[in-house]
Amino acid sequence: MSAAAGTLGRAPRRSLASQRRWALWGSYTALTVFVLMFLVPPFYTVMTSLKSSAEISGQRGSPWIAHHPTLENFIYLINYPTFRTFFFNTVMVTLVVVAVTMVISVLAAFSLARMGFWGSQTLATGVFLTYLIPASLLFLPLFQVIGTLGLINNLWSLALIYPTLSVPFCTWIMIGYFSSIPKELDEAALIDGAGYLQMLSRIFIPVAMPGIIAATIFAFTVSWGQFLYPMAYLYTTNQMVLTVGIISDLIRGDVFQWGKIMAACVIAAAPPVLIYAFLMDYYISGLTAGATKG
Amino acid sequence: MSNASGLAGAAIAQAPARVRSGGSGMRRFMRQRSTIALLMCLPLILMIALLIVYPAIYAIYLSLMNKKMTRFVGLGNFTFLLRRDTFQLVLFQSCLFAITAVVLKAVIGFILAHLMHNIPSRNQRIWRGLLLVPWVIPLAMSTLTWWWMFDPTYSAFNWVLNQFGFKSIPWLGVGWTARFCTIAVNVWYGTPFFMIMYLAALKSVPEQLYEAAAIDGANAVQKLFLVTLPMMRNIISITVLFSLIVTFADFDIVRILTAGGPQDLTHVFATYAFQVGIQSGDIPLGASVSLFMLPILAVAAYFVLRGVNRRSREMAA
Repeated sequence: MSAAAGTLGRAPRRSLASQRRWALWGSYTALTVFVLMFLVPPFYTVMTSLKSSAEISGQRGSPWIAHHPTLENFIYLINYPTFRTFFFNTVMVTLVVVAVTMVISVLAAFSLARMGFWGSQTLATGVFLTYLIPASLLFLPLFQVIGTLGLINNLWSLALIYPTLSVPFCTWIMIGYFSSIPKELDEAALIDGAGYLQMLSRIFIPVAMPGIIAATIFAFTVSWGQFLYPMAYLYTTNQMVLTVGIISDLIRGDVFQWGKIMAACVIAAAPPVLIYAFLMDYYISGLTAGATKG
Repeated sequence: MSNASGLAGAAIAQAPARVRSGGSGMRRFMRQRSTIALLMCLPLILMIALLIVYPAIYAIYLSLMNKKMTRFVGLGNFTFLLRRDTFQLVLFQSCLFAITAVVLKAVIGFILAHLMHNIPSRNQRIWRGLLLVPWVIPLAMSTLTWWWMFDPTYSAFNWVLNQFGFKSIPWLGVGWTARFCTIAVNVWYGTPFFMIMYLAALKSVPEQLYEAAAIDGANAVQKLFLVTLPMMRNIISITVLFSLIVTFADFDIVRILTAGGPQDLTHVFATYAFQVGIQSGDIPLGASVSLFMLPILAVAAYFVLRGVNRRSREMAA
């Protein structure tokens, strides 16, 4: 590009370079503005979580800064048995859902991407279609289903339902990753006498590890943050997960609980944010895989 | 499963025979391969059949029943809803919410993706990391923060307005302002997704096309409309339609921020279905409310699928 500009003479190149520099600085400025706007709510969450109830009720000066930062909200929550229950319930449900999701979707994706059977193409399309069916369309009939199974107000109803949200997309990502593995690898494995399950566990899973990590992250974030199902099916605090627990237990029409509520939000948002911070590339590849991979 | 591996074992044991018998043995082998494949898909098929397809059909059945689910009322629930003023508001607000939010997200996401594309790629990581934060925080949690920032007496936004000498705004207390707030939160949450998708699409446009356009004397606007947009068309449409589905079905933001108020002005399908179905205990009527989403979703899903299939054909070619 610069060589081409060089042959055209000096003056245009200089103006092109300065044009580029201006575009660059303009981009940085605009991006800074957007980043600041985007980060206002998380910033305010953290600031409020560091305020005492007295500071929130007797607001003096800017509400955007904690004038006397304190960790009392976090200490209160850690010693609050109900909140601990919410946290451990969420962890249990999420672990089970992630495990179930990955087993179902890896097996199915391997089968759909490599083995195939009568109607497997239709099934692959169907899997993608089910991913497009939102929870808000199914939560009322599922309420009846859960009721028939006697699982209303039972934490494990979530473990049963959440895979419907995570499995279709995870299967879809895994089909994409498995299809990109060269066919020569499985032919070599078959000649060496490997069965299909061995082929899956010795070759496909190790080679498609980035896809597996991306799918795991997706399943984790879906089941960690789901709100509609627990809101509809759970009503006692001992069964609740973080998202509904914080809203129904900590909000009691009392303004001065907000320090604790925001501290609870920080704790509830920490695991997904930490995973994102350390595994950003996998997270993003999972996000874009749906449209760009397959 | 043990049955399947037993079959596979038998196939290996009979391998020499198969070689001799030729075609029919090969067919049997293929049949066994597809049996194993079907078994591996079985958990997925069962899950989709029992927890997605069955409830979806059951929703249609439910919507044709009366409140106690004892009597068949035909389309009575639907005609009842369409005559109610509250539901007409829900229809209007759902469309307003979804269309406005998706258009804003698409435009801002497009601008952000271009800004990101302008800066050197070694710096893109950190900026992308910061811009994606709204998408990463669980939506229910960040919406709580927004609610607290819109709080009538302690609103942090009103403090800023007051500093500049403006009057406080009752953010969630007045119809159109509350509608604007729910849309703003959705845009804040969803824009990073558009940015990421568009950035991936921008990176896949070959640089030579821009050089060719520059040689032909195209200006920036012409490059945008004649090179960038046509090349990105497929991803743009997939992202927009996908987001349209998700935004139409949104529950968290409206439920937490306003719970449908003031005067039911901010209700969307999901929150109204929740209020009617779970809180008032009229599950058939609630199911009818959410079924109003079905035509919109079906049309969007059809085009998403078409786009995705075309995309995979392009990738294969």
